[in-house]
Amino acid sequence: MKRLRLAVQLLFTIVTNGYMYGFLNGKIYRGRLKYACVPGLNCYSCPGAVAACPIGALQALLNRQGFQIPFAALGFFFLFGSLLGRFICGWLCPFGLVQDLLHRIPVFQKKKRLPHHHILKHGKYVVLILLVCVGSMFLFGGFAKVPAFCKYLCPSGTLFGALPLLGADEALRSQAGGLFFWKLGILIGIGLLSVKVFRPFCQYLCPLGAIYGWFNRFSLVQIQWDEGQCVSCHACEKACPAALSLREISRSPECIRCGKCVDACPQKCLHFCGKG
Amino acid sequence: MSFWQRNKRRVWILGVLAGALFLAAGAFQGQFAVIWKKAVMICLECIGIG
Repeated sequence: MKRLRLAVQLLFTIVTNGYMYGFLNGKIYRGRLKYACVPGLNCYSCPGAVAACPIGALQALLNRQGFQIPFAALGFFFLFGSLLGRFICGWLCPFGLVQDLLHRIPVFQKKKRLPHHHILKHGKYVVLILLVCVGSMFLFGGFAKVPAFCKYLCPSGTLFGALPLLGADEALRSQAGGLFFWKLGILIGIGLLSVKVFRPFCQYLCPLGAIYGWFNRFSLVQIQWDEGQCVSCHACEKACPAALSLREISRSPECIRCGKCVDACPQKCLHFCGKG
Repeated sequence: MSFWQRNKRRVWILGVLAGALFLAAGAFQGQFAVIWKKAVMICLECIGIG
């Protein structure tokens, strides 16, 4: 399962960021695929990105003058969320993959959670409401509204968008100032924290995880627990990188359906199912 | 058994249908063009310049 998940993560990241011309020339893809969103956090200013970022799309719709319900972005959230829930975070998100790879570096004693996790885990809802929604509707830069999450926090934009573009384009590089270094600092901080703590950005800050977590209870893809076969050995709880209890696995908004519990169960009473 | 457990099958189908409906409403209001216009320009805010 571990190898399969890594293969899927790598493949999905390569396919959704496969516009090689962009990487080579410091340009971004401008085709029709960008009418649609990918399910994971994937900056549309990444030179390789072939589709739009769902959080970026939501902010673009909220950044318009006046207010209209952002139906298109909600449509993608409902569609992806109802089918997959946070399986997207565990298997399809490029920034999740980066954090997973960093967490594999064999230094530091690994931790599943930060201290005060029960408070900090609500950070992603604060980011969703204050930065993505309220910030994008009411925060102005000059006369235009700004995509507050992308501008002030998103480390995916810095890693997949800023670094390749600034590396390839001298003119952009010369414009990099305080804001770029603020975002670079956030990226480095989250990267370093990821070496020690399991997916700190996903657990505490990601607004997309906050949205998909809401769908976890009823999405099509679930991890099913066969209670009759369970011998209560708690191997699944020990294996869970998010430190969830058996009853929280799959249903909790924190579960990213990584499948480590499925692998760990000696009785094979946990398994992925897609029957609803 | 909780509401979600009892109605899991119906709820995810409703979610997918709601998603399709929202996408159709978004298309009707021209929201995909807004997304496309944003996505095909280098977003200076996203890369920490704007």
